[in-house]
Amino acid sequence: MDNNALKTEIIEMLEDNAQRSAADMAAMTGATEAEVKAAVAQLEADKTIVKYAAIVNHEKVEAEATEALIEVKVVPKRGQGYDDLAERISGFSEVKSVYLMSGSYDLSVVVRTQTMQQVSHFVYEKLAVLEGVSSTVTHFIMRKYKEQGVVLAVAEHEARLVISP
Amino acid sequence: MTEKYISKTVQKVPPSGIRKFFDIASEMKECISLGVGEPDFDTPWNIRESAIYALESGRTHYTSNHGSTDLRNEIIRYMSVRFSLSYELPQVVVTIGASEALDLAFRAIMNPGDEVLVPAPSYVSYMPGISFAGGVPVPMELNESDNFIITPQSIKQAITKKTKAIVIAFPNNPTGAVMTREDYEQIVPIIIENDLLVISDEIYAELTYGDAHCSIASLPGMAERTVVINGFSKAFAMTGFRLGYSAGPRPVIDAMVKIHQYSMLCASAFSQDAGVEALRAGLGGGFPQVTKMKNEYNRRRRLMFARLNEMGLTCFEPLGAFYIFPNISKTGLRSDEFCERLLYEQKVACVPGTAFGGEAGNDFVRCSYASSLENLKEALCRIKRFIDGL
Repeated sequence: MDNNALKTEIIEMLEDNAQRSAADMAAMTGATEAEVKAAVAQLEADKTIVKYAAIVNHEKVEAEATEALIEVKVVPKRGQGYDDLAERISGFSEVKSVYLMSGSYDLSVVVRTQTMQQVSHFVYEKLAVLEGVSSTVTHFIMRKYKEQGVVLAVAEHEARLVISP
Repeated sequence: MTEKYISKTVQKVPPSGIRKFFDIASEMKECISLGVGEPDFDTPWNIRESAIYALESGRTHYTSNHGSTDLRNEIIRYMSVRFSLSYELPQVVVTIGASEALDLAFRAIMNPGDEVLVPAPSYVSYMPGISFAGGVPVPMELNESDNFIITPQSIKQAITKKTKAIVIAFPNNPTGAVMTREDYEQIVPIIIENDLLVISDEIYAELTYGDAHCSIASLPGMAERTVVINGFSKAFAMTGFRLGYSAGPRPVIDAMVKIHQYSMLCASAFSQDAGVEALRAGLGGGFPQVTKMKNEYNRRRRLMFARLNEMGLTCFEPLGAFYIFPNISKTGLRSDEFCERLLYEQKVACVPGTAFGGEAGNDFVRCSYASSLENLKEALCRIKRFIDGL
């Protein structure tokens, strides 16, 4: 397996489970542990792997949390397009993600705060007033069924026979 | 009720070697099973959704005995694209799993006393199926030193004047062995010379980890004497749909359809629709779901291979299916002893090699890696504890 193929394998495995050990990944790819560690270090250094984080089902967390998806229409600036404004919006700690979209609006902004009121404050005090933002539409997320490829709130089941030929 | 009513043929066939372990393991809490012969993935949603849609739209009636024309056309296209095999519609029959196809093939060709060569070890149903059909299964001993493939020597040792057919089953359950085109080229002359019919069970064809699968039917002169058996269970994780098929020379398929129409009539209609979706979506998009499952099996395979060898259970490297077949002779235990003690002492269920064809499997146990990585790692720890404690 060449280094690029190894990196692809590692990315796929870590995207599935970021806690995989180098030893396991080595056994699963046939590479040595040192090779795996080196490849991971390269991926981290060049920011291919940005962060290792847990996917949390927030319905199970006691602390209150509110998420909203905000459609933002933007007047792009000459010479900078959307980048300048998108970067400014990304700077707010409440903002979880910012995507440039095709279709009827320009930026899709996901915001997480504790309360609905905080989302509202964020929109009219910080987001809507930014120069270049021409309109916003706020959608509160009511329930999550699937998050980053993981179906939430489905009980694990083993439907297979214990032993079969 | 006395046994006198039971057919002698049925009485003579021994009960499955898996049954005993199943009974113990299914009662045992916290048991990790490496004994499962089916994928741990659920059927991809688009396939399940098409079965639901089939039910909603009233696909609740019999189909043609051969199977729906749509499905057979997709099967023909699939076999051509994936395995370079070429068939016409009447050469394909859709069955209730590959298991029924095997049963039909045996019943279609057997006269009392006809002998069929069966690789040993191999899947548990071949020998009983041949016996039920009135034939005589003759084991061909395969050796670890030959990577568990069929060699000219293994055929020569088992063949007699009464030999009518040979079962070929690669990628293999339980060994994980595959046969390459070059391997087949070695045995094809003997098969042709002795005018044998080949029954080739290719149910694991999509699960190969080296070269792509080669069907023996694709070798010169073999299509007209090979009945290919395949199905949806392993490639598409569709075991519960019970959907398989067979393709081969007209006279054999005609005879199989004759039995099928009187016994089963047809495979479940909505399963057939799900099969159409599996092949059509797969052929349209390069089988991404199959590839994803296969890549995951491959990682587990490498992990199992590395760890089992590290702990001293040497195994030959399996290149197909989702089984690994470690050699346990160093432990001094027979395979059924090994499995029974491992189950009671460490709560890990494996299947003894003897379940797959008598003495040939006595030095081996079958471990399935169709289980989550977490399960496999825990099972490997327990196996190591078991070995270290011997």
